[in-house]
Amino acid sequence: MENKKTVLVIGAGPAGISAAKSLANDNISVTVLEKEDTFGGNINNWAKLFPNFKDAGEVKSSLIQNFVNNQNIKIVYNKKVTELKKHNQKWIANTSDGEVFESDAAILSTGFKVFDAQYKEELGYGIYPNVITSVEFEKMYKNGKILTVQGSVPKKIAFLNCVGSRDEKVGNHYCSRICCIAAVKQAIEFKELYPQSEAFIFYMDIRMAGQFYEELYRKSQEKHGVVYIRGRISETSSTIDKKVQIKAEDTLAATPLRMTVDMLVLMIGVEASKSTTILSKQNNIDGPYGFAKSKDIHTADNYSNENGLFLAGSCKRPLTLTETIADGKSAAISVVEYLKQTK
Amino acid sequence: MEEFTKKYWKDYQKEIADDNFYYERSCIRQSFFPGSEAAFLKILRDILGKNIIDDPNQHTCTGIGYHSDIVPFDTTMTVVARIFSLMKDHGVNNFIPSCVTSFGIFNEVVETWNHSPEEYEKTKLFLKQATGRDFEIPQNISHASDIIYKYRKELKEKMPYRLVNRNTGKPLRVVEHIGCHYSKLFAKKSEGGMEFPKVLVGMIEEWGGEVIDYPERRHCCGFGFRQYLVMANRGYSVANTKKKFESMQPYKPDFIVANCPGCTMFMDRWQYTIAEMEGKTYDDNKMGIPVLTYEEMAGLLLGFNPWDLGLQLHQVQVEPLLDKIGIPYDPKDKYVGKSGNFLGEPEKPENLVTVYGK
Repeated sequence: MENKKTVLVIGAGPAGISAAKSLANDNISVTVLEKEDTFGGNINNWAKLFPNFKDAGEVKSSLIQNFVNNQNIKIVYNKKVTELKKHNQKWIANTSDGEVFESDAAILSTGFKVFDAQYKEELGYGIYPNVITSVEFEKMYKNGKILTVQGSVPKKIAFLNCVGSRDEKVGNHYCSRICCIAAVKQAIEFKELYPQSEAFIFYMDIRMAGQFYEELYRKSQEKHGVVYIRGRISETSSTIDKKVQIKAEDTLAATPLRMTVDMLVLMIGVEASKSTTILSKQNNIDGPYGFAKSKDIHTADNYSNENGLFLAGSCKRPLTLTETIADGKSAAISVVEYLKQTK
Repeated sequence: MEEFTKKYWKDYQKEIADDNFYYERSCIRQSFFPGSEAAFLKILRDILGKNIIDDPNQHTCTGIGYHSDIVPFDTTMTVVARIFSLMKDHGVNNFIPSCVTSFGIFNEVVETWNHSPEEYEKTKLFLKQATGRDFEIPQNISHASDIIYKYRKELKEKMPYRLVNRNTGKPLRVVEHIGCHYSKLFAKKSEGGMEFPKVLVGMIEEWGGEVIDYPERRHCCGFGFRQYLVMANRGYSVANTKKKFESMQPYKPDFIVANCPGCTMFMDRWQYTIAEMEGKTYDDNKMGIPVLTYEEMAGLLLGFNPWDLGLQLHQVQVEPLLDKIGIPYDPKDKYVGKSGNFLGEPEKPENLVTVYGK
């Protein structure tokens, strides 16, 4: 009987799931190591997805078809990979609880983490309870209500883009790519829930590069009356009735602006996950900002400079979910090519 | 808030020296709040038993001239170097500026030297050529308020009074204001960081008071060199201070404390100006909100005579605050000078209610 090739997939987010399924279809034996007790990664944080407001749960259900009960896929939960190294043409993964996994190739699909908004001290996250993050907004929306900490419907809500992205102060010069459209989506969701309330989006540039994004941006203004203000917020504080006072500059009107809102949502950016950074460094494939570096961004984006170690999804850079799923499949194709060569 | 700010402040714990200081006085505080620096020296020498040099040869740091674009930075660096050379003469190496602007200047100069060694060498040469003197960079630069903050617990043990309303037993509600150049130039050189500095909060809370977190807490006091020094811009100065008063008014503060000469001065004096311009005051009794320096606050709680602290030179009268805390004072001594002679009462304002001139 022919020995089946084995591949380790580190991380059971959309990229890892997508890659594992494709590999399994090619009759490759896949072991997926997931540090959490469930699969899905960051998709679990979303209620609905841009640009079509599709239920994130439905997308996840569709994604995991032929993943969970696939005889070629073994999913191991609560396994945090602390070391990944190549030894005698095999990839060895050591986990935090002392287990060792071995394979012919490995895929890094360790994804991203969201920016910790507490680093933007001036925005008061963690100090003023009505300053929340986009992830927290999404959780509230999942439960059907967006309410202030006092339990009331916000009459005015503001969204601030680029929190932890394109920001020299926190050392992240890059654009996280998904926050602009996520703010548009969340503002529309808010207005659909509470049409009488007002929604403002503070931005530097509105980057609507995906399909149907621009249309959604237009719709948010024309249909829902979302107001866009070009300028970053420089300071927040709490009023005596626990509202959030915002100071910003309206750079189109060329004037400073002070506004009080009931809730401020910080559109937190994408950063390399801790595992991405650690495992990339161990294998000398660490790129800027702690992300993993691909061999060639144009022609070998799923390859790393380490033979047999592949990259999938947002461990490389911020990607949308659509791109991430496609990238997982693409990584699987690269792995198959590699395994054929190493027969 | 408490849990987070504790975590936040951990990142901004700076080293504050504990003895053998060289004290750099402020150019303007001695006119505006003349008892504050004397109180600081008394606290350090007589209560904490520290060695602190009060050098009669000291001179300006150039701060106001520098921020007004009158003094070039090369000159500022050389003048600062001369002050450091004076410190060297006294054999101490921990530097304490009284003024927040100076604190910013000294840190800016030292940071420049650290980042650009060629500037350091140039300054050494300039100072040598101009004065024949040598200097050393201080081992530690802490603002005077940092020192009081560091020893707040020790001082509390010596304090007969607390920031508590003796009639109600409740903590006094205090607005604290930090000078911009204390933490906004170099957050890491402050106690508590740029956004939520702890230097005054630590004193207030340790001594029994409650800090008011009002919306314009971090807003400029209204000094801002270009707002005030250029006469045409002074409207901006009053407007900024007014914005702060309007923001803090609903919280009914018992008093304001600041760690910067300009902030203390403007928040005190502009209350008079606004009252005279618009008949508007920001307390219930039309007397204004008393404004203290942190040395005055510490001195009062330590039992210093309010008139020795120079509180009679404040525009907003402090007696209601003294009564709230239960600090005794003799109204007859208020305008008695060092010579023991009565100096006369100041002119009474039109709108701001005072306790004199009745």
